[in-house]
Amino acid sequence: MGYFEMSKLALKWALTKPPTTRYPFEPRQPIAGSRGQIVFTKDNCVYCTVCAKKCPTGALVVNRAEKKWVIDRLRCINCGYCAEICPKKSLTMVEGHGSPAVTRDREFH
Amino acid sequence: MARTVIPFGPQHPVLPEPIHLDLVVEDEKVVQALPSIGFIHRGLEKLAETKDYIDFVYVAERICGICSFIHGQTYCQAIETIMNIPVPPRALYLRTVWGEFSRIHSHLLWLGLMADGMGFENLFMHSWRVREKVLNIIEATTGGRVIFGSCKVGGVRRDINADTIKTILKDLDEIEKDLQGITKVFLNDRSVKARLCGIGVLSKQEAWDLGCVGPTLRGSGVAQDMRDQGYAAFKDIPVEPVTRTEGDCYARCAVRCEELFRSVNIIRQAFAKIPEGEIAVKVTGNPTGETITRTEQPRGEVVYHLKANGTKNLQRFRVRTPTFANLPAMLKVLPGCDLADVPMIVLTIDPCISCTER
Amino acid sequence: MSQEQIELITIDALLEKVRAKKSQGCRLVQISATQLPGQIELTYSFDLNSQLSNLRLSLPGEEPHLPSISSIYLCAILYENEIHDLFGVQVAGIAIDFKGKFYKTAIKFPFASAKIPCASSAAAPAAGAAACAINPDATPK
Repeated sequence: MGYFEMSKLALKWALTKPPTTRYPFEPRQPIAGSRGQIVFTKDNCVYCTVCAKKCPTGALVVNRAEKKWVIDRLRCINCGYCAEICPKKSLTMVEGHGSPAVTRDREFH
Repeated sequence: MARTVIPFGPQHPVLPEPIHLDLVVEDEKVVQALPSIGFIHRGLEKLAETKDYIDFVYVAERICGICSFIHGQTYCQAIETIMNIPVPPRALYLRTVWGEFSRIHSHLLWLGLMADGMGFENLFMHSWRVREKVLNIIEATTGGRVIFGSCKVGGVRRDINADTIKTILKDLDEIEKDLQGITKVFLNDRSVKARLCGIGVLSKQEAWDLGCVGPTLRGSGVAQDMRDQGYAAFKDIPVEPVTRTEGDCYARCAVRCEELFRSVNIIRQAFAKIPEGEIAVKVTGNPTGETITRTEQPRGEVVYHLKANGTKNLQRFRVRTPTFANLPAMLKVLPGCDLADVPMIVLTIDPCISCTER
Repeated sequence: MSQEQIELITIDALLEKVRAKKSQGCRLVQISATQLPGQIELTYSFDLNSQLSNLRLSLPGEEPHLPSISSIYLCAILYENEIHDLFGVQVAGIAIDFKGKFYKTAIKFPFASAKIPCASSAAAPAAGAAACAINPDATPK
């Protein structure tokens, strides 16, 4: 049975720099390779609607006739499936999360 | 002696998820415990009948936030068994690696919650400090912190390159050193032992008869671990189940502490043996047939029963999660314990209620 | 799954077969119910030395009844209550019977019909898609 097992650990960490970041004064650096958010590039999109059909949550709506691409960010689960299957590579998954939303707005492109 | 009924949960400091227990107490002793769950039943099993079987892996992963990767992996394995898909060996190794990372992060989460439950805040912080390093590795390799999203039917979505493997192995050495620091406290500290030793004793026979799985079963001395069935890369990497014979809360804690180091070793072996090659094969057609697939999650054995009838939707998707099998054991050991020990006993089966209710 | 792992039995033989499994020292792994057209199929899975063996029986779709095995395997209480709450199978003599209060579902026996009966789960993607439909008046970004 050990007494003061914790004291060594506690003492060590009392004397070292904290492993936490001082958020919000110091923003969290996004990790390379993480799924942050979907970015849409309008230029090469052909409005084929594959992303809208395959989206597991129905966050994407694409209208071919009106050439509109719409995303509901609150419905999106950042799975990256659309970026993976996009034939024209006009969807990319980037690091870093978007800002928090207060209202449910859809983004029109 | 007059009997009092004390409600425990669904909101309680030690419970991250809602389960309600009606504790009938005499003085300070619990004489009966009646559970009621079902607060968060989402009917995910029914959802399989309307979703495409390939897309359903996203739902399977979201059954639980902590064992998420192994849920996705088991689902993919089940579909692959039905459709006879030859999964590339590299994909199997990557699944093994991510599965073990998810086990480490789940066990560290649990160790932290247990330290928090017994009021050992400092130890709680240290457990989660180490867990954060594991989560960073997971985020860098898969893209998600707890929902990995890297498993798909026929393989995996992402590869890990040789440079990343080197950095991960270096990080693992550091993580292992950290783990030694905190598990030493969990296993030897006087105050931890006072809260865990001799509490909630479940004998070997009782554990087997009540259908326990995972660390609850192994803590009572039954050496059963689904990984030795050789799914994914475990056919090349032997797994020796960790067992303890005491069957009390301390034994279940010790089993999990030891499993952390075993998982680190499995990851090292997997990285040493990982073959080059493809990471996914193309899947065409619809599944026809039935399978029962079992894998080992951090909390124990999970059972997937899939029935497909040749359409793109599954006919039946049924999951028996480890906590569902461990609940009867919890009800068995609660009567006779002190009211103050109830949180510890509830925690040591590692309850994951959103898994349980699906 | 190979057919030899599944033993087809009748409802009368259930208790006897389960008792035989218990005396062999098997662990009850799960009980799973499947709604098929006109019938409910039950699969009892047992584990011995990490080998799975299954018992399978079918119940009629109308007013299904089942004897409880909770006197043999106590842990069957959860599975049997689940089957009652989700599929509407009347299980006689469960050791701890929650009487339909095990899962707090909005609708009674949600898994008993072939279609998803719950408006919130089935209609949500459709309603969501409708709500997400392009609004011509909205100004594009």
